[in-house]
Amino acid sequence: MLVIDGLRRLSFGPFAFEVARGECVGIAGPSGSGKSVLLRMIADLDPHDGSARLDDVACEAMPAPAWRRQVTYVAAESGWWADRVGAHFGDRAAAGALLPALGVAGDALDWPVTRLSTGERQRLALIRALIQAPRVLLLDEPTSALDPETTQAVEALLRQALARGAAIVLVSHDPAQAARLATRRFRMTAGRLERLT
Amino acid sequence: MTEASAISLTYGELALASLLLWLNGALSLWLGLGLERRMAIAGVRMVVQLLLIGLILKALFATASGWLTGLAVLVMIAVAANEVHSRQDRRLTGLWGVSVGAVPMAAATVVVTLLALLVEVGANPWHDPRYTIPLAGIILGSAMSGVSLGLNGLVGAVASERAAIEAQLALGAARFTALRPLLRQALRSAWIPQLNQMSAAGVVTLPGMMTGQIIAGMDPVEAVKYQILIMFLLAGGAGLGTLGAVYGAAARLTDERHRLRLDRVSERSG
Repeated sequence: MLVIDGLRRLSFGPFAFEVARGECVGIAGPSGSGKSVLLRMIADLDPHDGSARLDDVACEAMPAPAWRRQVTYVAAESGWWADRVGAHFGDRAAAGALLPALGVAGDALDWPVTRLSTGERQRLALIRALIQAPRVLLLDEPTSALDPETTQAVEALLRQALARGAAIVLVSHDPAQAARLATRRFRMTAGRLERLT
Repeated sequence: MTEASAISLTYGELALASLLLWLNGALSLWLGLGLERRMAIAGVRMVVQLLLIGLILKALFATASGWLTGLAVLVMIAVAANEVHSRQDRRLTGLWGVSVGAVPMAAATVVVTLLALLVEVGANPWHDPRYTIPLAGIILGSAMSGVSLGLNGLVGAVASERAAIEAQLALGAARFTALRPLLRQALRSAWIPQLNQMSAAGVVTLPGMMTGQIIAGMDPVEAVKYQILIMFLLAGGAGLGTLGAVYGAAARLTDERHRLRLDRVSERSG
């Protein structure tokens, strides 16, 4: 479904791999090795060479916002642009429905953003992306601030997305998490991607 | 303008007035504020610049040449462009660093000054330096402070709100949608001094030009009419220039693929 071909930027890449419908690809590796750079290139958030295609339609062939609504990057550090939590969600009802599954308080959408903990921000940023039903999720350390129990809840939600046919590229420091979710695993070292399993 | 009975000041009287700045300098020294050097430099600059411009204007008025007047306006624009550039904490790299402020500021100044000269004042010749230079200068000054404030506000906010902007872009927002709150904030910070100035005019402050004309012997109502014209011109010049600069900077801070391009911003040293 998603085909990455020769993506490169600065000293990172070229990268080439494919992700199929319903498949999760895991990427591990030390900080600064280029994991986030790769995800950002796939989302077309940084200038790059090479191509990314979704069902044979090149990224460049569509407006960048249209591409990113289908191929959505969720950064490790979430960004918030309004005062109220609810203002960040296009579909509040859909967002509200996902809150209990991830252990976020039901009225969190009415809170000011400053009241959210790091872990709550991380889960809400994921929900923000999920309710737009992207076809590919590019997740950068989606559970780094979460306890084991909440991590399991997030993984359950991601499995549901996979079951619906979404594809996931998962950057994670946690080898166990990659083993649980990913069908194929890569290791990033100094801008090079190496197949593990 | 009515040739009138302005009382001429002597240089001795000016020196006496400068004692006020000396007093400030002494206070700065006494309180350890460390501002006395800058005060001295600013004071000397002010005196030298104003005396020079007085001599230049005198010569220019004597020739009444349209070309020389145009040249003088160009020099003023160049100085203002440099001032805008040096007031930025973060600048766009390359040629954009200067032109993003200078081009809209110059365009707004020229358009609004021409409007004033041709439609409003109707001097003969229309480019009479007696009207052109002061009008261009006051409009340029207002456009300059608006553009500086707007650019500083936008570029600074974009650099510090990177995560918030990219979160919106990553979810599929178009670039100007993602920047909209910051654009609005930058334009507000640039326009509000202008609006405050209008609200306070005549009640809290007597604007400098009007005061000057009244001292020079002009009928107060005539001076007020000039001041009202000037206020509208200033609002126009600052508004148009700032809008152009802020949107130009926003376009350069992003690209046609709706990416945030902070690589096109350099810190002050650059």
